[in-house]
Amino acid sequence: MSMEIAIPKPVERENYLNKEYGVWSWLLTTDHKRIALLYLISITFFFFIGGFFALLIRLELLTPAGDLVQADTYNKLFTQHGMVMIFFFLIPSIPAVLGNFLVPMMIGAKDLAFPRINLLSWYLYIIGGVMMLHCMLIGGVDTGWTFYAPFSTNFTNSNFIEAGLAIFVAGFSSILTGLNFVVTIHRMRAPGLTWSRLPLFIWAHYATSIIQLLGTPVIAVTIVLVAAERGLHLGIFDPKLGGDPLLFQHLFWFYSHPAVYIMILPAMGVVTEIIACFSRKRIFGYSFVAFSSIAIAVFGFLVWAHHMFVAGMSVYAALVFSFLSYAVALPSAIKVFNWTATLYKGSIHYDAPMLYAFGFLGLFTIGGLTGLFLAALGIDVHVTDTYFVVAHFHYIMVGGAVMGYLGGMHFWWPKISGRLYPEGWARLAALIVFIGFNLTFFPQFLLGYLGMPRRYYDYSHMPEFQVLNVLSTAGATVLGVGYLLPMVYFLWSMRYGKPASDNPWNAAGLEWKTASPPPTFNFDEEPIVTWEAYNYEELDAPHKQEVPVAR
Amino acid sequence: MLNNFPLWPQQASTLAGRVDALYIFLLIVCGMMTLLVFAFVVFFAARFRHRPGVRAEQIEGSTALEITWSAIPFVIFMVIFAWGAVVYFKERTPPADATEVYVVAKQWMWKLEHAEGQREINELHVPVGRDVKLIMTSQDVIHSFYIPAFRIKQDVLPGRYTVEWFRATKPGVYHLFCAEYCGTQHSGMVGDIVVQEPAQYEAWMNGGSTGPLSASGEKIFAELGCATCHRNDTQGRGPNLQGVFGKPVQLEDGRTVNADENYLRECILDPGAKRVKGFQPIMPTFQGLVSEEQVNALVAYIKSISPAKPGEGAKTSAKGAAPLAPQEFRPNGSQVQ
Repeated sequence: MSMEIAIPKPVERENYLNKEYGVWSWLLTTDHKRIALLYLISITFFFFIGGFFALLIRLELLTPAGDLVQADTYNKLFTQHGMVMIFFFLIPSIPAVLGNFLVPMMIGAKDLAFPRINLLSWYLYIIGGVMMLHCMLIGGVDTGWTFYAPFSTNFTNSNFIEAGLAIFVAGFSSILTGLNFVVTIHRMRAPGLTWSRLPLFIWAHYATSIIQLLGTPVIAVTIVLVAAERGLHLGIFDPKLGGDPLLFQHLFWFYSHPAVYIMILPAMGVVTEIIACFSRKRIFGYSFVAFSSIAIAVFGFLVWAHHMFVAGMSVYAALVFSFLSYAVALPSAIKVFNWTATLYKGSIHYDAPMLYAFGFLGLFTIGGLTGLFLAALGIDVHVTDTYFVVAHFHYIMVGGAVMGYLGGMHFWWPKISGRLYPEGWARLAALIVFIGFNLTFFPQFLLGYLGMPRRYYDYSHMPEFQVLNVLSTAGATVLGVGYLLPMVYFLWSMRYGKPASDNPWNAAGLEWKTASPPPTFNFDEEPIVTWEAYNYEELDAPHKQEVPVAR
Repeated sequence: MLNNFPLWPQQASTLAGRVDALYIFLLIVCGMMTLLVFAFVVFFAARFRHRPGVRAEQIEGSTALEITWSAIPFVIFMVIFAWGAVVYFKERTPPADATEVYVVAKQWMWKLEHAEGQREINELHVPVGRDVKLIMTSQDVIHSFYIPAFRIKQDVLPGRYTVEWFRATKPGVYHLFCAEYCGTQHSGMVGDIVVQEPAQYEAWMNGGSTGPLSASGEKIFAELGCATCHRNDTQGRGPNLQGVFGKPVQLEDGRTVNADENYLRECILDPGAKRVKGFQPIMPTFQGLVSEEQVNALVAYIKSISPAKPGEGAKTSAKGAAPLAPQEFRPNGSQVQ
């Protein structure tokens, strides 16, 4: 994406985009909104790299034989797809772009608590990203994003240490963002903005930040141990030296399961805002939705070993982790029911963000309910490490998190850019993404129950799996188009879009009470909050006919 | 392409029906939950769509509703949890008298050896209607032994044994997959499970066997000089191994362990780790000196000289029977304490 976000007009109000120009005014900025845009550009870049790998994976699986790429290349493709999408797109996506932009504005603050640390976290992300790119360019890694020991420690010939360090560095970016949010939400709320008046987007980001702070150090430790084992043969994971390969899995999933909630909780926050706005209603069961985020953050730390039911763990441990997995499913279910109930007696508008929110609701429900299958011990034995798992987590992480991210981008784009995107194209894109997604991933549930293992590049031993794979690949091309469209019309709108008013949706929330795009310090004067969140009874319907605002 | 398009996996073991029953139950329950949510969303979205002049009605929430839609799913979850656990315990508990097959996984092949001595690569012949227990280990990375038609899967780890079991119900040839990513040719680490009628199986079994696994184990036991210390009387410098399998063993550090396959394996490869009480740490490690197949043969031999059926010892110790006193292993006073 171009750095020239808006074309200056002589009479335009001063805002964060036109206050200063030049590369350094961006690269040395401490404005949370500019940093959010830096993140937006960088994660979009990584999203399309990861997406390109996904496309190659799907093309390889079009035929049973391994005929497009070689085995090692395929193994590197799915490894890099996973590492790029998880650590360089999904984890930073909503928090670092929308969260960065909106957390201070939603609580009426001028910036985050530590603006320079915020910039530092972007640089750490970029350093990690450059390392990952370098690692891919010099040959890539074939350990799978899960880099299980002893394969990663003693067997792979690929450059795991560099990829590991890239994740390690990017992890600190994630920790610092979490730290910044926690401090900001605690200390910098506007007068009158009590915890019970906070938008649920803030609650979701608060819960996410806690996981980032407490979980991410564990993956850092794990990476250091793997690197040390690889370089120095310490015998931590290698059974020949008295180590335990299962220890690796416990350490890895202790972070990597909560990491799923780092990806999905912010999307839940986004969807909550959208549903409230386009139903013109206060969210149903505010405190239940708020505390379910905290419950997910807490219980999320107690279920990691449900990834290990066939790993060789004790059956009694499996029993406990299966039970706790059902416990963590409950707060998610509560959220879904509250969102649904919010629609009741609403005044529902079908603008593009709401279509994405509906898409999220459908896909997240399917993703969540298939999690119940995997948490059931007897079924997990059969479907774990098959395409059933692949389908399940893509429903959560792509159907859920990416739908939420796109919904949020559409919802707040007028605020971010000061421009309106073409509504018709946006609705079309939402529809294409929804259809393409289901066509790609639903067949994978069937493949999984049939028994197709994941991470196979060649299935000529079982050609009966081809039809479903062809469907999935066809869906992936549709999905690819669906993802390219928003990028095209967002870029288009920056130059040609109609200027947005301050509050084009007539949405509640402090971020809509300032200009679009906002001034550098967000508010001309510090807001004082005297109302509850989602006070839609006081707001009119969204402006259906946007009239350019004379400025 | 379309004439071979299954949507449901074959059912070929006693466990398959159990797993499928739970799966179908979940499909129905979750399908209903999905339909219910979707129906409400679609109905509300249509019924309460924006109409000019009609405003939304603000509703704070309802604790009664929240409790209802937490409690009902929780009860359903607990049913699924309990049912899943029952199936899992069945899957994880091999019958005591199962036929044993030793599996060694390596990048990128499966090596299988029947207790009777038949060896196979990437193929396993089993009879219909007999319990088969797989005792598995890996020579390198983690693999996973997966037979979709039997609905069983178990990771295969280096440095220890893991087990899984099945009873095939239908003759045929079924897929064997490695389900844990293991490197370059992971997708080539596939094979066939050949389920035969007992008569055919016997015929296959009688062709070209080199004698039972325990016999090769006995030979290795002699070749490696194990018998020098592990004598059949009480005079040896190492414990007498007659009858030791499946019994509790008291260790030098005061713990008591059950002498199962994993313990025997560990004692061969890392003798100092769990030394039997009353013996000196004089046994050398055989790590790197014996192959996984030779370890398997040794374990099979030691099991063969224990009269008790495998598994019975474990049951005894679970019931809290007194551990075998170290004196029963130990030579009279010939050990320097």
